[in-house]
Amino acid sequence: MTFNQEHSIPFWRDDRFWKIALQVIAVVVVAAFASLLLYNLNINMQRAGLKFGFDFLDNQASFDILDSVAPYSAIDETYKSVFPYSPTDNYARVLQAGLVNSLLIMVSGIILTTIVGIIIGVFQFSDNWLLRKGSELYIEVVRNTPLLLQLFFWYSAVFSQLPRPKERLDFFGALYLSKRGIFMPWPATNPLLWFSLGLIIVGVAGGIWLWFWRTNLIVEKGQSGQTQLWGLWAIALTLIVVILFGLGWAFPHELTLDPSQFDARDTERFAACVAETYQVENLSNPTSEANLALYSKCLWTGNFEYGLRLSLEFAALLVGLVIYTAAFIAEIVRAGIQSVAQGQWEAARALGLHSDSTMRLVVFPQALRVIIPPLNSQYQNLAKNSSLGAAIAYAELYNVANTTYNQSGRPIDVMLIIALTYLSINMVISLTMNAFNRAVQLKER
Amino acid sequence: MIATPPPSTGPIAPPPEIRDTSLNWIKKNLLTPWYNALITLAIAGLAGLVLNNFLRWAINLDGDPNKAQWNVIPANLAIFAVGRYPDEQYWRLWIALGIVAILAGLSWGVVARSVKLFSRNVLIGLAIAACICFLIPVPISPWRLLSVTMLGLVAGSAWLGQQLGRKVPQLGQYTSFAWLGSFLIYLWLLGGNLGLEPVRTGEWGGIMLTVFLAIISILLCFPIGVTMALGRQSELPVVRWFSVAYIEVIRGIPLIAILFMGQVIVPLFLPEGMRPDRVLRAVVGLTLFSSAYLAENVRGGLQSIPRGQEEAAQALGLNAPLTVSLVVLPQALKAVIPAIVGQFISLFQDTTLLSIVGLEELLGMSRSILANPNFIGRYAEVYLFVGVLYWFFCYAMSSGSRYVEKRLNTEHR
Amino acid sequence: MLNWRSLLLTALLAGSLAACATPPEKDSGAAGDGENTAATAEGSRLDVVKDRGRLICGVDGGIPGFSYVDEDSNYSGIDVDICKAVAAAVLGDADAVEYRKLDSTERFTALAGGEVDMLSRNTTWTISRDTSVGLEFAPTTFYDGQGMMVRADSGLETLEDFDGKSVCVEAGTTTELNLTDKMREAGVDPEVKTYQQADPAYQAYDDELCDGFTSDKSQLLARRTTLSDPEAHILLDVTMSKEPLGPVTINNDSAWFDVVKWVTYGLIEAEELGITSENVSEMEGSDDPTVRRFLGAEGELGEGIGLESDFMVNAIEAVGNYSEVYERNLGKDSQFKLDRGLNALWTDGGLLYAPPFR
Repeated sequence: MTFNQEHSIPFWRDDRFWKIALQVIAVVVVAAFASLLLYNLNINMQRAGLKFGFDFLDNQASFDILDSVAPYSAIDETYKSVFPYSPTDNYARVLQAGLVNSLLIMVSGIILTTIVGIIIGVFQFSDNWLLRKGSELYIEVVRNTPLLLQLFFWYSAVFSQLPRPKERLDFFGALYLSKRGIFMPWPATNPLLWFSLGLIIVGVAGGIWLWFWRTNLIVEKGQSGQTQLWGLWAIALTLIVVILFGLGWAFPHELTLDPSQFDARDTERFAACVAETYQVENLSNPTSEANLALYSKCLWTGNFEYGLRLSLEFAALLVGLVIYTAAFIAEIVRAGIQSVAQGQWEAARALGLHSDSTMRLVVFPQALRVIIPPLNSQYQNLAKNSSLGAAIAYAELYNVANTTYNQSGRPIDVMLIIALTYLSINMVISLTMNAFNRAVQLKER
Repeated sequence: MIATPPPSTGPIAPPPEIRDTSLNWIKKNLLTPWYNALITLAIAGLAGLVLNNFLRWAINLDGDPNKAQWNVIPANLAIFAVGRYPDEQYWRLWIALGIVAILAGLSWGVVARSVKLFSRNVLIGLAIAACICFLIPVPISPWRLLSVTMLGLVAGSAWLGQQLGRKVPQLGQYTSFAWLGSFLIYLWLLGGNLGLEPVRTGEWGGIMLTVFLAIISILLCFPIGVTMALGRQSELPVVRWFSVAYIEVIRGIPLIAILFMGQVIVPLFLPEGMRPDRVLRAVVGLTLFSSAYLAENVRGGLQSIPRGQEEAAQALGLNAPLTVSLVVLPQALKAVIPAIVGQFISLFQDTTLLSIVGLEELLGMSRSILANPNFIGRYAEVYLFVGVLYWFFCYAMSSGSRYVEKRLNTEHR
Repeated sequence: MLNWRSLLLTALLAGSLAACATPPEKDSGAAGDGENTAATAEGSRLDVVKDRGRLICGVDGGIPGFSYVDEDSNYSGIDVDICKAVAAAVLGDADAVEYRKLDSTERFTALAGGEVDMLSRNTTWTISRDTSVGLEFAPTTFYDGQGMMVRADSGLETLEDFDGKSVCVEAGTTTELNLTDKMREAGVDPEVKTYQQADPAYQAYDDELCDGFTSDKSQLLARRTTLSDPEAHILLDVTMSKEPLGPVTINNDSAWFDVVKWVTYGLIEAEELGITSENVSEMEGSDDPTVRRFLGAEGELGEGIGLESDFMVNAIEAVGNYSEVYERNLGKDSQFKLDRGLNALWTDGGLLYAPPFR
């Protein structure tokens, strides 16, 4: 008689049994729950006459959306969105336009918020008491108030209160702010632009390479790196020249009415405007040279040409997101710098490094390892929070999708599209940041 | 400019501090080296300019229409607080607030049973709070008296809690259960039925709704969040996949889209005739959302528990469920209390998104007030006021949690 | 120390599990008793409403004259009166109505999901909504047209002037689509700002973020009174579309749809027969067989749609006939002083025409 241990344990006390049984139970519960939901969905959709499928994407959308980032197009003589869309296009196209608007805000937001966040974070280690306390105050205020409230504040209480087009704010003829939007300089599209852009990329890459080479020389070989420093200065100077003159910056230019094209109604309006603005009644000959020069304010149309036009919605969303996220990034940067042991600072000082070299060569590279993982989730948060643009009429993906579902009556389909798109955007951010993270992690031998 | 290393946290005691005269302090912190003086000047100038403009706008004694008109705040104070809750039922809310005050006082007394309760700072704080309560321009006269009474309740029950806490050491546990149990009473007081006149959730609003949504969502997300965290750590591949899928999908979608799903799509998935109330659907959305984040926080706690704990529990003969519920989970949850408080604060802020899907919580209520023809264009005033309210709640919670955390840490040393 | 704390935490967790398993039911029970009344898939909304003893009516809540909720949560307006009439006809009590404020973007899903029994939310009748969105349109209660509001000093006079100008519009509406069509027809390309909710849209217009605002003319007139300076705004003399507005129910529920349809017709018929809220009890004793049949003193008209035979008596007693409803909310007795125009009886040159009650 052999003692068979296998049979002495009842199956309900066998770990292996439970491992399999639990998984089977999990699958069954999830499947049952899902099929119940789908069954209900099916009934409800049939009852309401709703359909499922993505064929509606080919239908004409017939609603218009706001062009938020629109450079001037010399061919069409108007400001044209970077992703042109017209109401005759189909739903797929309008959703793509919304996606492009979302990506615009995400990319510009991530770049700006990183810069602002790092600056504020580093401010907290400043010698200057005011700077330190000021940045702390900023962080405490911004982090403890809801983002949506801040967005409403920026949109309704700040950007909506800009002056009317006629009294627009004019910054040296380069930047105009009014209720019509923000007009700013922008590179004009020509062959020179592409050449200059190429030059800039080569220059930046060369500069970075030179920088590392120089650091290496200083650290490993103890050289002064003076020659390389001159090289860096030369590259920087060239880049500045190229950026200033090589991109063909076009400045926004205000349009005035052409008196030679005046019809009776225009003349009447001009006279009315003069009467109101300059308190002059009964203009005898409104279109005479002298009068036109005198009353030029009334020739002003409120329209511009050249440059780039940003909508107030874009500006408010960008400012709100950047200021909000920067407070979190500043905290991350502060924690990262604090995580570098005290001894590292002292050791660097003992080696005779300047305070800025200590930061650059010793502290920051180590802090970066702590900073990057939480930075990843802040970037993802910013990407997701860009959907709040819907609340201030910015035509980003969620906003456009919401209108689409309304006009087409396809809640489930549209929702799936939104979910998948945001998931993939977040995945891209996450993968990029993880790759970056691996690059800066300590390479242990 | 950046020369100060962060303060040392190591075991070496810092050198004795040299007491500066105020002049020396200014010189050291604001003026040297030369560029710091410039920075100081620039910041001070900017701050002065902003403050000057703000004060000129905010202080409006002659009724200038271009300046701030604060009358929108006192005129709508009741609406900010409780929305369109019927006036004649306000007493129920006061009772609920009274219970909260008593419980808060008791808990405070119990926690602080070993120290002096009414130190000078606390007394000053109470006096300031009482002054604010007495000065708020409330149109309804009993309000001031009642709010001062609430403060009195807090202070009185704190004293009581301290006295009792010294005699009955288990009081801490009882107050925790009292908090949970009182939740049902609040629900009853707020919603009515069972002898009280029912008040539909459509009439709930303002701060009341905001606080209600945040608290009920964080409580409800606990079971799901902890289950998902355990599932993600599980050895069973199927369970792990489901948990990972849930957590990552929810965390990858904007909250506004989830709330929209809660409002519009959830009813489509339910059997006909079962139409959850609007506030409930908001709670569903918030709970689904925050449980995914909670799961990640709890996972952090689970990973911080040394493996030896689990092995020791197994050696003692505990089976897997008991090991998890008696040994691993309690330690893990305790380790992530700060993270959970942080999550609660962000959930509190996230309730504002419900104003987009049409609920009149604090922000939604202020938007309704702004749509009132009498108060058109008063954005800055209303948003500043609401911002200060949110800031106060969130700041109080985060500094409170830091304080408690510090106390708990020292107790264990 | 650590031990009882961990126990406490576990207990807290278990407690929250236990405590929170109950609140949702309690919450919904307290909030909307009867909302969870199960109805079979074949059952009609009519039975649901009768069982519940209350009508849930989706309204806008922000348009004076149509449906407006004041500071004391009182609802008024023509849309609200339709809800009241239906509640009076079905339940015998005009106050047995619960109003739900709905955005234009959420109204149809709220109806499809059964959150509201009917919409009375100035909804335009179109073929696509009637067929593919799954709605059923009761008779038009207000014939409207889409208009354009601008500031009086803007110099804008026709749609052609809108090139390069901006227009605010509420998302998810037919006006949004008409605007695009009409602007294309006029050969101009204005900038369109779409807002998800009405209030922010009008606020943006009031803040001069857009040069024009387009919506149904009646709505523009009503909303103008809520702007900071109503006198500074005018309506352009253009009509961009036909906008027949009326109550809506869900598709495939003919019993319920019939009730809403015939109560609405009943208000029009009452005006034609000269029955008002004041004389309705006398008229019950009238000799005219048409009147007697209509008021249920004779015949069994109500039975066919599952109501009491005197269902119209309750409705008329509660809100009056169509003329009374109109004049009280939009016409002579209101602040808007709108003419009847298209909304007069067919006998007076309008479009209102009720099929015979027999």
